[in-house]
Amino acid sequence: MSSVTASEPAVLDVARIRGQFPLLAQTVGGKPLAYLDNAATTQKPQPVLDTLARYYAAGNANIHRGVYALSQEATEAYEGARGKVAAFLNAAEPAEIVFTRNATEGINLVAQTFGRSRLGPGDEVVVSGMEHHSNIVPWQLVCEEKGARLRAAPFSDAGELLVDELEALLGPRTRLVSIVHMSNSLGTVNPVRRVVELAHRQGIPVLVDGAQAAYHMPVDVQAIGCDFYVVTGHKLYGPTGIGALYGRRALLEAMPPYQGGGDMIASVTFERTTWNELPHRFEAGTPHIAGAIGLGAAVDFITGVGFDAIVAHERRLLAYATEALTAVPGLRLVGTAADKASILSFVLEGVHPHDIGTIVDAEGVAIRTGHHCTQPVMDRLGVPATARASLAMYNTTEEVDQLVAALARVRELFG
Amino acid sequence: MSDLRDLYQEVILDHNRSPRNFGRLEDADLHADGHNPLCGDKLSITLKLAGDRVADLRFEGSGCAISKASASLMTEGVKGRTLDELRGLFDRFHRLVTDQGAAADEAELGKLAVFAGVRDYPARVKCAILAWHTLRAAVDDRHEVVSTE
Repeated sequence: MSSVTASEPAVLDVARIRGQFPLLAQTVGGKPLAYLDNAATTQKPQPVLDTLARYYAAGNANIHRGVYALSQEATEAYEGARGKVAAFLNAAEPAEIVFTRNATEGINLVAQTFGRSRLGPGDEVVVSGMEHHSNIVPWQLVCEEKGARLRAAPFSDAGELLVDELEALLGPRTRLVSIVHMSNSLGTVNPVRRVVELAHRQGIPVLVDGAQAAYHMPVDVQAIGCDFYVVTGHKLYGPTGIGALYGRRALLEAMPPYQGGGDMIASVTFERTTWNELPHRFEAGTPHIAGAIGLGAAVDFITGVGFDAIVAHERRLLAYATEALTAVPGLRLVGTAADKASILSFVLEGVHPHDIGTIVDAEGVAIRTGHHCTQPVMDRLGVPATARASLAMYNTTEEVDQLVAALARVRELFG
Repeated sequence: MSDLRDLYQEVILDHNRSPRNFGRLEDADLHADGHNPLCGDKLSITLKLAGDRVADLRFEGSGCAISKASASLMTEGVKGRTLDELRGLFDRFHRLVTDQGAAADEAELGKLAVFAGVRDYPARVKCAILAWHTLRAAVDDRHEVVSTE
């Protein structure tokens, strides 16, 4: 996954890729759909849809208990999917992958187990100023309970993390750094390896929120060196309701359980219960079996296309879109970090983003408008909201053109 | 999808460009703040009474065209009305932007009926209604920030 073969040029056949996403073929009010809200969720390719249908039609059984063939096959498929996700993130072993509902639950799991057991009065958790609310609120909850303090490292006007200022926040009271790999509202790709290096120098573990990064670039948790990494399936061209937490074995083993129930125990008596081994200790109750298997199919799909091709295609598309949008009169891009990927947040002079969203929708273009669950980012940059176009492997320059044409319609209406 | 001009009528675009009664009354009898967290719209209303009539009112804040125009047209529509009349208008306006069968109210609402197009855009109803919820809170003398969520 992490090894890049330099010999073959990375070419992505967009038409062939699009052919595998049935949803993209539809029209909206007679106009072809240009789906540019991938940072919210990605569409699903046929192999993922087929895997889900096949599982429920022919493979459904509960896992980890049945002695009959169907249950064993479901267990193998579920654990096989864990292996696929482990390989996708280059975890040292599948047991370091815990299935969750989404990235948000991954962070909450770490906050409620690792955080709750390690934070005390006066301790600190350090995040960045560009976090999604899901990497702010779980820490606020546990900090409030423990009398600990949440601190945020600032970013520049361009949307770049001020690494020196983050380093200055680290100290003997810092119990964890939790930082986003790629910002969902700015597109900034953070230097997470460097952050890990700085934190580890002081013995501070690091969680990386990979919800946005994981479908735009190859992720190697061992190369990053992070202690936790969270992803969500629905942004990886997979089903909703399934995500994964990577955690280093030593840390996961030392963490108390998250939720209690079946499957997470080794033995139960009314006097004493012992915990199951990793990763089952953190997966109480019947999990989203179909979702996990679907996620396995999704990472197979991504790996099949290959990140060389995906990164090259999205990079070209981002450059094209950046140039095209910059040429729109009165448009200002929000988030212009040197290292950014696949997200174009913007404001248009004299027009509120919400109006932009409604008008371009009438032209078949789906974009997100609002604060993107990053209100502190909006406050920092002094904008109430932005419009955001976000790209994925199946997007085309024609769709970018469709957005630009739709923005001309906005100008026409608003003068 | 209906035509965008049904939503963005000229009157609405005009009030968005040059909102009426924009600002703050320093000697207000009533006030309230409204917030639409989804789009980041923020609105503040100050109001002066003469008996049980609205003598004067102002709004300020930032928001999309629909929310700004709605606040602007609302201030024009309720000036001089009694608080009871105002509550009746609130209900009618609410029906206008949410209920397909509300045509009967349009005559009563006068100029405010330009927001009838909003009912075809469910995601925008909150934008149109924010000012009204905020005014209602001011009149009912509730001072917590009104949220559309």
